[in-house]
Amino acid sequence: MSVLDVRDLTIQYLTEQGDALLAVEGVSFSLEQGRSLGLVGESGCGKTTVMLSLLRLLPEAGRITRGQILFNGQDLLQISEREMRAIRWNGISMVFQGAMNALNPVRTVESQIIEAIQHPDMKINSQQAVLRAGELLELVGIPAKRGKQYPHQFSGGMKQRAVIAMALACNPSVLIADEPTTALDVMIQAQIIELLETLQKELNLALVIVTHDLGVVAEMCDEVLVMYGGTLAEYANSDTIFNDPRHPYTQRLLRAFPDIAEPGSELASIPGSPPRLDDLPPGCRFQPRCQFGEEQPICVQQRPDSIEIAPGHRTACHLIAELER
Amino acid sequence: MSNQAILQIKTLYKHFPVAHTVKDRLARRPHQVVHAVDGVSFDVARGEILALVGESGSGKTTVGMNILGLQVPTRGQILFDGHNIADWAKGRLRPDGSPEDLGKLSRRRQIMALHRRAQMVFQDPYESLNPRQRIFDIVAEPLEIHGLVSNREEKQARVRAALEDSGLVPADHFWNRYPDELSGGQRQRVVIAGALVLEPELLIADEPVSMLDVSIRAEILTLLQNLRLAHGITILYTTHDLATAGYFTDRMAVMYLGRIVEIGPTIEVLKAPCHPYTQALVSVAPVPNPRKRRKRMILQGEVPNPIQVPPGCRFHPRCPLAEERCKQSDPPFVEVTQNHKAACLLL
Repeated sequence: MSVLDVRDLTIQYLTEQGDALLAVEGVSFSLEQGRSLGLVGESGCGKTTVMLSLLRLLPEAGRITRGQILFNGQDLLQISEREMRAIRWNGISMVFQGAMNALNPVRTVESQIIEAIQHPDMKINSQQAVLRAGELLELVGIPAKRGKQYPHQFSGGMKQRAVIAMALACNPSVLIADEPTTALDVMIQAQIIELLETLQKELNLALVIVTHDLGVVAEMCDEVLVMYGGTLAEYANSDTIFNDPRHPYTQRLLRAFPDIAEPGSELASIPGSPPRLDDLPPGCRFQPRCQFGEEQPICVQQRPDSIEIAPGHRTACHLIAELER
Repeated sequence: MSNQAILQIKTLYKHFPVAHTVKDRLARRPHQVVHAVDGVSFDVARGEILALVGESGSGKTTVGMNILGLQVPTRGQILFDGHNIADWAKGRLRPDGSPEDLGKLSRRRQIMALHRRAQMVFQDPYESLNPRQRIFDIVAEPLEIHGLVSNREEKQARVRAALEDSGLVPADHFWNRYPDELSGGQRQRVVIAGALVLEPELLIADEPVSMLDVSIRAEILTLLQNLRLAHGITILYTTHDLATAGYFTDRMAVMYLGRIVEIGPTIEVLKAPCHPYTQALVSVAPVPNPRKRRKRMILQGEVPNPIQVPPGCRFHPRCPLAEERCKQSDPPFVEVTQNHKAACLLL
């Protein structure tokens, strides 16, 4: 059974004027224990909104209007806030984007990890907490004694490790990492990728990586969900996404990404820009930028549903059958 | 490629003094310096695009700052079109007369004369534009500072050309707007237009795409490439991202701790890196295809502190191949193939 199973997730944001903006529509995916999922898309495609909704941490204006989020078979949208608190951090945990820069500068790293350990539901005394914090630091490759230091004594890579240690404090089974390697140097980025891979294996974590870096996804994810304008564009295993993409958006996105293994190759940007939430096209959301959908009335008028075109490979495009030919 | 070098960097050093506290003085500790740039030499041919790659702290941005005279080199020479920028930056008289007779100008005037020909594009398009200025005024400001236009028509024509060269077409559709009405990619185009409006010969682009989304990144890189085609602009592209550099640059110089460790044609450096540091960088750059996953050569730790530079080869403490002799002698450049050099004793 999947540890995480998201079905038809639809999220709206209410504006101050009382309008409802559709931020995410009909997104489904599932994840098994010990596997990793990459969630990719351009800024504003709704990937962070989806992740926040998994923890029920959407900003006040956000509403989940449809769908299910099943965690070990239990629908997180049906339980009370009290029950949710038992799952947050213990069941599903998250490394937020830029969290390494949000460490408290006037408290030691260790004390900040202890704060995460002394979750109200974890019965643990302070002595045990100190030991556990040390264990966690060692787990992410930081000598336990450095826990007594302050964040400014840590390098960028070490801060990111400390934040990962914090997210692991309560032995979660699902770890979500939002842009875990962005803003890090190349070599540090590789160290963090390696660390996440090791942790995933050792702790049998289900890992969700949210990123716009296709390279990172190709390096470390088993499955990939490509989002566009709040909808699922394509969802398949990583080999299929990178070597046999079917959705025109996935194809264009890959061609816009430089491949270091093929220096000097052509790059083709995608003309136009992603849709704004208050101005979504009535049909397929990618239609205004799609080279195939320009003249097609169906693309202009109707939203495509995501259909399974091969086992485990889903995509939402009206022209998929025609493009095949 | 023409052989004439627009830019020649000759053993450039830039050291920054570290604050010497009372405590240091009492302990009789010597004055310390940060060796930001520590003996860098390279040439850039007219019309060439050179990538200067390295991690943070490698000194790549400092090199750019020195080229534009924003910092004064500690030692070494930077010749821009044959004229020594270091002397311009210090306001010192030059022995030979340049077309504008720079030697007679004040320091400020000299730097301005340089900036008319060499411009910079900064990293963050969100912070480098004044939110209260219209696009037109932002792009026109350099023209006014340099007193290059005498009337409104001329100014409009030049701003229009710069905006349209930067891909903001039609220009009058954009120029009455404010920066926050534009997307990230459009803002970076405005930043580029502000540099282009002076019709510079050299553009230093410091991580111009690292803040941008994948698709916009491709647009901006293509734009830079087209600028070279259309205007023959020389570009020095500093970045930590080998993949974007691989896409559009002619040559690549890899920096580590204030030195260049390898320099050569981009494709050759990426396909057959010679220096162990370059090999490691190339091996860890994420490849957007799971079938092409490679064995990562991960270097432990981070770039050492540039105050105490390791003796011998400065890369030896992190080098997986280091031998005893690497601790003792500083490796000279070895020519691997024509135009491709690397500084490693093991070559």
